[in-house]
Amino acid sequence: MASRLLWASRAASYLRISAFHRGLSTVIKDLKYADTHEWVKVDGASATIGITDHAQDHLGDVVYVELPEVGVTVAQGKNFGAVESVKATSDVNSPVSGEVVEVNSELVGSPGLVNGSPYENGWIIKVKMSDTGELNSLMDSNQYSKFCEEEDAKH
Amino acid sequence: MNLLRMSAVPILEQLYLEERLLRTSVDNWCIVNDRTSRPTIVMGISGFTGGGTVIVDDGTVFVSFICNKNAIPGLQPYPHPIMSWTGQLYSEVLQGFGDFHLRENDYAFNSHKFGGNAQSIIKERWIHHTSFLWDYDIKNMEYLKHPTRAPKYRSARPHVDFLCRMKDYVPSKSTFIERTIKSVGNYFLVKPFGLDDITTEPSCTLPHSTKLLTRQELEDAYSSQSAQQSSENYGHQHTLPQLRSSCLPDEKKKIVCHPTKQLLEKETAGSMIVSDSSGAVVCSF
Repeated sequence: MASRLLWASRAASYLRISAFHRGLSTVIKDLKYADTHEWVKVDGASATIGITDHAQDHLGDVVYVELPEVGVTVAQGKNFGAVESVKATSDVNSPVSGEVVEVNSELVGSPGLVNGSPYENGWIIKVKMSDTGELNSLMDSNQYSKFCEEEDAKH
Repeated sequence: MNLLRMSAVPILEQLYLEERLLRTSVDNWCIVNDRTSRPTIVMGISGFTGGGTVIVDDGTVFVSFICNKNAIPGLQPYPHPIMSWTGQLYSEVLQGFGDFHLRENDYAFNSHKFGGNAQSIIKERWIHHTSFLWDYDIKNMEYLKHPTRAPKYRSARPHVDFLCRMKDYVPSKSTFIERTIKSVGNYFLVKPFGLDDITTEPSCTLPHSTKLLTRQELEDAYSSQSAQQSSENYGHQHTLPQLRSSCLPDEKKKIVCHPTKQLLEKETAGSMIVSDSSGAVVCSF
């Protein structure tokens, strides 16, 4: 058991993933996180946004993703769309402000990508950021991991 | 928690009100609407609250909870914990009247459903909405086809074998409502509210998430669905089309409707109400 854990943590480290043993949610290093469980991947002034593994796990099987139009403005902390599971619809909030330059149209036919690949193929929108300084108010992967642990511990 | 008791308020108005309270109020609310005023098919409640299709008529009692995310200690604002909490509440309410179960996302006596649920979760608040089948008219049920996405416990049973009427288990509607309010009092300090107490300012700042669709739009939706399918088999639910409604300004509309063939053929002045991302779909006939 110990050697398997050691292997797992080495593999995780190599893949730049930190694995939670308690919540079993994946958190990716190098991404930034909002306390409403959205992640953002920054590339210059461009931001790719989705919901985290923690979020998709708690929401259940996603059956529909409400996507914004390309060109709309999003604001940090405000909702831009929604993710719908079997009996619940949940707002998705933008971690950064800016203009939507692309939406993931794959989600129209395959909303389950949000569950299966929350950090890769399940990305939701791409935004041209209006204020990269906003990233400073987001959590890094370690802070987000801790945040999730604390949230789950309260339950 | 503010307790709002209403009677015979149409489901559409109730949904408008709930959306407004969810997004603009800071209080916790319990809304009880004892029966809608016209028989209504709530088709594929989606966007606003998730959920499936139900027929609601004057045998239906609606109970909704709108809460701040920290309103209930230890409760995380996600679908499953919210469902569990309400299940626990209604289990207390219905103790002694029947073998109450929370079955997947439904409330049931044994394995017979009497309550359907839907939720919407926003940043700081959530709503949990239940339609209770106090009684129902079997004729209305004939409009519903079998859903493709059915809970496992349904086991392919037809509506009449899957559902039950609360009135066969609970002595009176007021018993159920009073006991619900009493149970809510175990968690919150309940403050009665009247519909008149709620400021009836025009919701112009909050775009309505439900809209009346015309019969033509419904038929168009139906046709586009039918074209997608090679055959129409009674008993198989059509896939949900996604159309843009040109009637609503600047908003992307998701039409959630699975019209039944019988309904389209029925000679009524029926109209559909269609939702955008945060509304419910209802049809009045």
